[in-house]
Amino acid sequence: MKSDRTAAIVGVAESDLGKTPNKNVLQLQAQAAKVALADAGLTKDDVDALFTAGNWAWAPSLMLAEYLGIDTKYTDSTNIGGSSFEAHVGHAVAGIEAGLFEVALITYGSTNRTNPMNSTFRAPLTAQYELPYGLPTPVGAYALAATRHMHQYGTTSEQLAEVSVATRKWASMNEKAYKREPIEISDVLHSRYIAEPLHLLDCCLVTDGGGAVIVASKEVVARTKKRPVWILGHGEANSHNTIVNMPDLTVTSARESGQRAFEMAGVSRTEIDVAEIYDSFTITVLLTLESLGFCEPGEGGAFVSGQRTAPSGDFPMNTNGGGLSYGHPGMYGIFLLIEAVRQLRDECEARQVDNAEIALVHGTGGVLSSTSTVILGRD
Amino acid sequence: MSQKISKPVTDEESRPFWEGLNNKELLIQQCGSCGENIFYPRSICPYCFSEEIQWRKVTGNGKIYSYTVVHQAFGPYKEEVPFVVGIVELDEGVRMMTRIIGDREQIEVDKEVTVLFEQIDDDFTLPYFQLV
Repeated sequence: MKSDRTAAIVGVAESDLGKTPNKNVLQLQAQAAKVALADAGLTKDDVDALFTAGNWAWAPSLMLAEYLGIDTKYTDSTNIGGSSFEAHVGHAVAGIEAGLFEVALITYGSTNRTNPMNSTFRAPLTAQYELPYGLPTPVGAYALAATRHMHQYGTTSEQLAEVSVATRKWASMNEKAYKREPIEISDVLHSRYIAEPLHLLDCCLVTDGGGAVIVASKEVVARTKKRPVWILGHGEANSHNTIVNMPDLTVTSARESGQRAFEMAGVSRTEIDVAEIYDSFTITVLLTLESLGFCEPGEGGAFVSGQRTAPSGDFPMNTNGGGLSYGHPGMYGIFLLIEAVRQLRDECEARQVDNAEIALVHGTGGVLSSTSTVILGRD
Repeated sequence: MSQKISKPVTDEESRPFWEGLNNKELLIQQCGSCGENIFYPRSICPYCFSEEIQWRKVTGNGKIYSYTVVHQAFGPYKEEVPFVVGIVELDEGVRMMTRIIGDREQIEVDKEVTVLFEQIDDDFTLPYFQLV
């Protein structure tokens, strides 16, 4: 391991999850931020950088900073979809290394379930060449990738379903998960099609929820409450905006973001004890595992077969129950970070992975458009 | 279709493409400097940054790169399910999103298709594709 360990995640929290009809996106973020700061043993006055992403405001970081009463030296509302928060971690490390700030608060909040933004059918700029055909976004785009992967490699619906079933097993051990009743592969295959070849149970949930993550410099780490979770490596990449422009529907930019993160961390793939991999759809996971180099292109289906990613499998993945079963408020990436930190702090009780020392967190945003990979490790 | 599909924002960059379709012509761009074919329309080449962009009419022949049968759709498309949306790779190498028309059982990746001009409105035509 060659990382300099200049910054660590020192606090994490979710807000209320699932259905939160009495809370708006600011309340959810405030709730998560307060608990995450308490988790770290810090106060809001320690925070000097604020990172958030969302479509709920013009300049969301300004609205949130004002609402929370936080004076910031630095803000960043990079929005690259669901992978934004892994990118924010990388940006926070860079800012801390540059000496620009000491403590970054990263938040997300969404009321996607109870109060979604009204869909619009305007087709501006480059979207005009895609929107008129009626592909439901994002599921249709992922379905196109799945069809191509099946054609090219013989990947089956059963293999995709392995991911849903394994993830639900983890969810059954997490009282915060939205869907906890066990499912079998046949349940996935018999659930209705949303966009072929993806069934309902190949698709993430639609829930409300928020989260917060505190990143601090190593100087601040000395006075935080819990064991630090060091940010060993990070990388981000993007390959396209609209799905037609994805260079190869079976290869994501995780190939680049993952490579950068592994190189920076100086760890190998076999050293990863627990993986939190964005599971917007089952196909997302297969493509990501291949692109990150955990298996060869086309072998994702075989890799997850036999419930390998389930509790007691030899590749523990999406241990909170994932976007497929724990919750998915639109941009899921912050919850991957929260779960990885808890695993490395040995706080996961029934679903705790034994001796978890190094975790990989991988966000995917847009329509397989953006990726950010973070590798975390404990002392 | 009870609810209308909103029309593209036709501007100087996109107008030749949309007007071409109204005249039953499929137009793409080619860079005069590096020779690469370009879709969607741009005023600068994404390969070499040249601004020598030319329009060219193509046959509309290609093959299916991928497709999905949509069972749950929104807004104006809700009543149309199931329908097939695909990505077609033209013989010129560029890819476009489209509807694929025809017998669903016959639609497969890599099958050959050709353009058909689907008139949505008086002044709005979309390129759909059908199996050859």
